[in-house]
Amino acid sequence: MVNGLIGKKVGMTQVFGPDGTVVPVTILKAGPCVVVQKKTVTSDGYNAVQLGFVEDRPFKRVNKPMKGHFEKTGKGTPPTRILREFRVNGEADIAVGATVLVDLFAENDSIEIVGTSKGRGFAGFIKRHGFGGGRDTHGSMFHRAPGSIGSSAFPSRVFPGTRMAGHMGVEQKTIKNLRIVRVDADQNLILVKGSVPGPNGGYVVIRKMGNTK
Amino acid sequence: MMNPIVGGIEKAQMREIPDFIPGDTVRVHVRIKEGDKERIQIFEGVVIARKHSGVRETITVRKISFSVGVERIFPIHAPVIEKIEVTKRGRVRRAKLYYLRGLRGKAARIRERDTRVSAQAKAAAMTKAK
Repeated sequence: MVNGLIGKKVGMTQVFGPDGTVVPVTILKAGPCVVVQKKTVTSDGYNAVQLGFVEDRPFKRVNKPMKGHFEKTGKGTPPTRILREFRVNGEADIAVGATVLVDLFAENDSIEIVGTSKGRGFAGFIKRHGFGGGRDTHGSMFHRAPGSIGSSAFPSRVFPGTRMAGHMGVEQKTIKNLRIVRVDADQNLILVKGSVPGPNGGYVVIRKMGNTK
Repeated sequence: MMNPIVGGIEKAQMREIPDFIPGDTVRVHVRIKEGDKERIQIFEGVVIARKHSGVRETITVRKISFSVGVERIFPIHAPVIEKIEVTKRGRVRRAKLYYLRGLRGKAARIRERDTRVSAQAKAAAMTKAK
């Protein structure tokens, strides 16, 4: 069985738990997803299922290769913008063209979410690496500078990987062990406790923890 | 602008809250759990601020207890709030009454708001709507 879905981050809010505590949640529109392709050990060297994320807005500007890819399903599956692969243990017991819905998940399930983090542009290393920086007042002349990046005549170079300012964000990030607070099967929504990488409207992959690599 | 999906989830959790504004005096009935027993505690004071929107809305209530100022912040849609009663309407000229923290006794009083005209208008609107 497929152990995940493609989703879209809607936004954050809070819900009240059964004991009255406030739980911060991220709302995700998860699925419906359609099986576009099945990959097997014999044909591709590994077992996986390729899912497409069905959105309200149809995908019109499909290029020819993609059109052909969707025609291969032979079920008249309308093209989708987002395609993601999900590894499965053994050959997948799901037909091409079938839909996968949120009912895959239940309340209290432990999941992991893969998304693209928000872009921070060229960030200094206080933001990028969590350095302390210097004092702002009392005559300090060392505010947000990096400090030493190495020694002098030996080694006469900066070691590779030294943490410095540079581009931050827009990276693939995986958050593990997130808990599902609620599943709304009518609206295809999942409420996840805590935050999820990326901006509102960003696409994410939602997977059950463990079992498949 | 709030996303309609987020708004829908918030709306489903929102509860009936009486109409009040900063400056009004309210009695907040709070459910308190002690072991396996539950009781209601009442916190009465002046609303000095209303913050946030939707289900996340909170109020700051200030009272003077044994000549010490006490403030509590309540999430007004939380299930621990049994109910909120409005006991007095106050006339104030700003939305956040943090200046009350620096005042004591007579200086910290709030003039009562005359609600007769607005109440009449409201009643008229209600009958018209019917």
